[in-house]
Amino acid sequence: MSKPIVKRSMLSRIIPAIGSLRERGLSGWLVIFGAAIVISIILMTLLAPWISPYDPTTKGVNVGAPLTPPNSKFPFGTNHLGQDMLSRVISGGGVMLQVAFLSVAICLAIGVPLGLFSSYMGGILDRSVCLVMDSIYAFPGLILAIAIAAMLGRGVVNMALSIAVVYVPSYFRVVRSQVLSIKEMPYVEAARSIGAKSRTILFKYILPNVVPSIVVVATVNFADAILTAAGLTFVGLGVEVDIPDWGWDLANGRKLLPSGAWWVITFPGIFIILLALGFTLMGEGLSEILNPKLGE
Amino acid sequence: MQKQLLTVENLTVEYWTRKGKVRAVDDVSFYLGKAETLGVVGESGSGKSTLGLSLIRLVPPPGRIVKGHVWLEGKDILKLREDEIRSIRGRKISFVFQDPMTSLNPVKKIGEHFVELIQTHEPNVSRKEALERAGKLLKDVGIQPERIDDYPHQLSGGMRQRVMIALAIALNPYVVVADEPTTALDVIVQAKILDLLKAVQSIYNTALIFITHDLSIAIERCDKIFVMYAGQMVEHSNVRDMCKNPQHPYTQGLLKSIPNIELAEQKLEAIPGFPPDLLNPPSGCRFWPRCSYAMERCRKAEPQLIETEKDHLVRCFLYGEMV
Amino acid sequence: MTLRAYIISRILLTIPMILILLTMVFVIMRVLPGDPVLLHFEKAEHPEAIEEMRRKLGLDKPIWVQYFDYLFGLLRGDLGKSMHDFSPVAEQIFSAFPATLELAIYSMIVAVSIGIFLGVEASKSYNQPKDHTIRVFGIVTYAIPIFFLGMIFQIIFAVNLRWLPVGGRTYPAMEPKGFTMPLSQPPGGVTTHLFLSCVAGLIVSTLCLVAFKLKGKKITRKILGVLISVFLATWILWAWVGWHFISMGELHIATGLYTIDSLLEGNLYKFAEAIRYLILPSLTLGLVLSGVFIRLTRSNMFETLRLDFVTAAKARGLKERTVIYGYALRNAFLPILTMMGLQFAALLAGAILTETTFSWPGLGRYIVERINFRDYTAIQGAVVFFGILVSIVSLVTDLLYAYLDPRIRL
Repeated sequence: MSKPIVKRSMLSRIIPAIGSLRERGLSGWLVIFGAAIVISIILMTLLAPWISPYDPTTKGVNVGAPLTPPNSKFPFGTNHLGQDMLSRVISGGGVMLQVAFLSVAICLAIGVPLGLFSSYMGGILDRSVCLVMDSIYAFPGLILAIAIAAMLGRGVVNMALSIAVVYVPSYFRVVRSQVLSIKEMPYVEAARSIGAKSRTILFKYILPNVVPSIVVVATVNFADAILTAAGLTFVGLGVEVDIPDWGWDLANGRKLLPSGAWWVITFPGIFIILLALGFTLMGEGLSEILNPKLGE
Repeated sequence: MQKQLLTVENLTVEYWTRKGKVRAVDDVSFYLGKAETLGVVGESGSGKSTLGLSLIRLVPPPGRIVKGHVWLEGKDILKLREDEIRSIRGRKISFVFQDPMTSLNPVKKIGEHFVELIQTHEPNVSRKEALERAGKLLKDVGIQPERIDDYPHQLSGGMRQRVMIALAIALNPYVVVADEPTTALDVIVQAKILDLLKAVQSIYNTALIFITHDLSIAIERCDKIFVMYAGQMVEHSNVRDMCKNPQHPYTQGLLKSIPNIELAEQKLEAIPGFPPDLLNPPSGCRFWPRCSYAMERCRKAEPQLIETEKDHLVRCFLYGEMV
Repeated sequence: MTLRAYIISRILLTIPMILILLTMVFVIMRVLPGDPVLLHFEKAEHPEAIEEMRRKLGLDKPIWVQYFDYLFGLLRGDLGKSMHDFSPVAEQIFSAFPATLELAIYSMIVAVSIGIFLGVEASKSYNQPKDHTIRVFGIVTYAIPIFFLGMIFQIIFAVNLRWLPVGGRTYPAMEPKGFTMPLSQPPGGVTTHLFLSCVAGLIVSTLCLVAFKLKGKKITRKILGVLISVFLATWILWAWVGWHFISMGELHIATGLYTIDSLLEGNLYKFAEAIRYLILPSLTLGLVLSGVFIRLTRSNMFETLRLDFVTAAKARGLKERTVIYGYALRNAFLPILTMMGLQFAALLAGAILTETTFSWPGLGRYIVERINFRDYTAIQGAVVFFGILVSIVSLVTDLLYAYLDPRIRL
C-alpha cells in the first residue's frame, strides 16, 4: 500500500519534516539528538545565575582553596584563583553562544542577499564578487579570523565579525549554486514572461528553494563558529578576562598543565565539544534529510 | 541415494534494505552430481544471480544468507570460517561472471590475474611456473598464449570471457557457476563460448551450474533444469521431461515464447504482466497475477513443491497438494 | 578544454586571486579600523617614539604609497619589518617555516593513514555497527578543539605517563646553533656504547644462524667460524660507526626538517629523538584532520567495492587485503591526493593551534607570539606568507589533478 505522491514546495517540506523526524531513521535521530544537546546547553547557560552553586567570577575572595581536584564540595574542582569550576562551566557557554548566533546572523544578513542578487544579475559584477568570495574562501579560515580579530580587538562583537567574514563565502557559494540552477527553470521563465519583477521572482520562487541548503550551512557555521571562537580565545583574542568562558579556561589551564591539574581544562573542553557536536549532528542529519544521498 | 557433489538445502537469502526485507531466494534446495550440468532459469529479479553468489557466500550487503545449508565434501560451506571459504573460492567452486568488460582488473595484465590466482591457492608455485600454466590454459580456451602480456582492454569481449573461463578452470574445480556468461556477448560469440564451456567440462570433468534467463540455451546445454520465479523454485526436472511435459504455467509460458526457426509461421506468446515487487510479493502463489490457470485458492495459500514424476518437482496447485 | 588551455587559464586565474588576497590583507591590517602603530603602543607614548616607529616602518607615507610599496616589496621578497625589533619579517618567517612544514607533513601522513584505514573498515561493514562507530568517530574528532586534544594528550602521555615530551622540537643539546658538528660522546657513555655494540653483534649473528637453520643445513665448523667473524665485524662496525653517528651533538641542518637532517647525518639516535618530539603534535593535528579522509575513503571504497571486478577477484579466492588494497584502493588514490591539497589550508590553520599548545617553534607559534607583542607588521607579513603559500599549493593541486584525471584531458 503506497502513499499517494504529493507535490510540495521545499518550504513546506522542512516543517513537516521536523515533525516526522523519527520516521527518517538515523538522520532524524541525529537532528533530534543534536538539537537536544544544543537546547540543553542554551538552557543551562540562560539559567546559570540560578543553578550555579557559586559565583564563578569571585576574585580575591577565594571560594575554595586554589587547584583542588574534584571532590564532593566542588564536583569539578577549582582553578588557580580558587573559583569553582562547575559554576564556571555552567555559565561559560554564554560567550560562545553569543558569538555563534551573532556571526550566523551577520552571515545571513550579508551572504544570502549578496548571493541572491549577484548570481541572479550576473555579468561582470557577479564575476568580480565571485572572485573576491573565492579568494576569501580559499584562505585558511582561522588565520584570517586571527588577522581580523587582532586588528579589531577583544570582545564578542569583534569575534563574531571575524568569523562572519570568513564564513560569508560559504553562504554565498551555496546560494549561488542554487540560484544558478533554478534561474533557468521553465517556471521561472514563465514568471518572467508575464512581467513579474525580479524581486518577486527572487523572493517567491528562488529563495524558498534555497532555504534548505542555507539551513545546512548555518548549522555547520554554528559548529565552526564555536570552535573558532575557542581558538581565538586560546591565542589571546577572546573576551575580557572577567567573563566566564570555556575558551578562556582552556587557555589559562594550559599554564597549569605541568602541575597535573587536569580538571581545569577537561570539563570546559568537554562542553565545547558537546556544543560543537550538537550543531554538527544537526547539520549531518539535516543535510541527509534535505539533500538525500543518491543510491543505496 | 548416490553421493552428490553439491547439496543445497533450504537456501534462503534476504536483502535487508531501509524499506524492508526482500527475500531474493526463498527456500531453494537441489542436488548437483559430478560433472553434471544444471541450468537455473529465471527472469531478472528472480533471484538466480543471488543464488549463484550465495553458493560462495559473496552476496553483497545488505544481503544476508538467513537460512540453509550448502554441502560440499561433507561440510556446510555457509558455516565455514573466512579463510576456509576463501580456499574453496576459485579452487573447488569457481565463478564466471556475466559482464566480461568489467570483471577483469583493468590495471593488471592477463598473466598477472593467473599468477595471482595460482599463487594465492598454491603458494609454492613459482611465478615462472604459474605463467606457464597460464599459457597452457589460454591455449585450451582458444587464445594465443602471447596475449598473456596484454591488458584486459586490449582484448575483445569474447576473448575476455574466455579468459574468465580459463581462470575459472585453472585450478580444476569441482563446480563452475556461470552467471549468464553469454548475455553480454553477440550471438555468434555466444555459441562459441557455450561450446567452449562444454569442451572444458568434458576435459576437466567439472560440474556446471548455468544461470540464464534464456530457457532455450538451458535446454540445449544442460542435463537438468530448474526454473525460478520471484525467488522460489517453481519447477525442477531433467531436460527431457521439461521439454516433453512442462508442468508449471510459467515454464509453459517460457517455452511458448521461444522462437522456433523451423516453423514457417509462429505466434510468439509473451507472459502477461511484470515480475512482482519483492518488497510486497503477491499473497499466496507468487505467480497467480500472471497465470491463466489461476484459481481462487492460488490467491490464498502458497503451494509447496510436489514430485509429480521421478525427479520432476513442481510448485503449483494444479497438480494437487502434498499431504 | 584541452589540458594546456586549462593549465594556462588556471595559472592566469591565480594572479588576480592573489592580488585580491594581498589587498584584503592590506586593508585589514592597515586601513581598517585603526592605525597599527597606535594599536601597538597601547598606552600613550611619547609622540616622538610613535613617529620614529612610523618612519622606520614606512608607515608615515600616504596609504596609496604604502600599498604600492607593499606590493612591490613582496616581489622583492620583502615582507616588512617587525615592530618589535625592526628586523626583516621575511627572515624570521623563513627560519620558522621548516618546523611548520615538518609538522604539516607528518600530520598529513597521520591523517591520511588513519583516514584510509578507518574508511576501508567502514566501507567493508556498511551500515553495521562498526561503520556507524567509525562515522561517529569522524564527526567527533572534527568537533574537538585541536588545542584541547593536544592538552589531553599532554596530560596523559607527557605528564602522567612520561613517555613522550610535553613540547618543543628537540632536546637542548641537539638544538642547532650553527653549522658546526662537534663530535661528542654517545648516549650513556663509552661502556654502555660498547655493551650495545656487543648486543648488536649477537643479534646479527643469531639472525644469520636462524637464516641458516631455515635452509636446513647442519652447523659445521665452517659455519661456526663464519658466525664468529660476523659477530666481531658487527661489533667493531657498530662501535666505530655508532660513536660517530649515534652521538648527541648539535644537529647539522640541511633541509630544516629535523627528521630528514638527522638521517642525512646518519644519526639514528637524533632521528629517533626528532620523531619522539613529533609524535604528539602530529597525532593531534592528524587526528582532527582525519575525519575528512575517513569520509572520502569510505564513500569511494563503497562504490568501488561494488564493482564487478572486485567481486570477481573475491570469487577467485583472493585474500581480502589483496583485493582491497591492491584493487579497490587504486581508485580512491586520486581523490585522496586532491583532498590532501584542499586540506592544506585547514592544516596550516590547525598548525597554529597545535604549535602553540606544544611550543613547537614554527610559523603558527610565531604568529601567536607576535599577537602578544602586538607586532602588527609581523602578523601582516606572516598572514601574507600563508595566503600566498595556500594559493600556490591549491594551484599545484588543481594542475596535478588535471594532469592525472583522464576525463579533463579529453
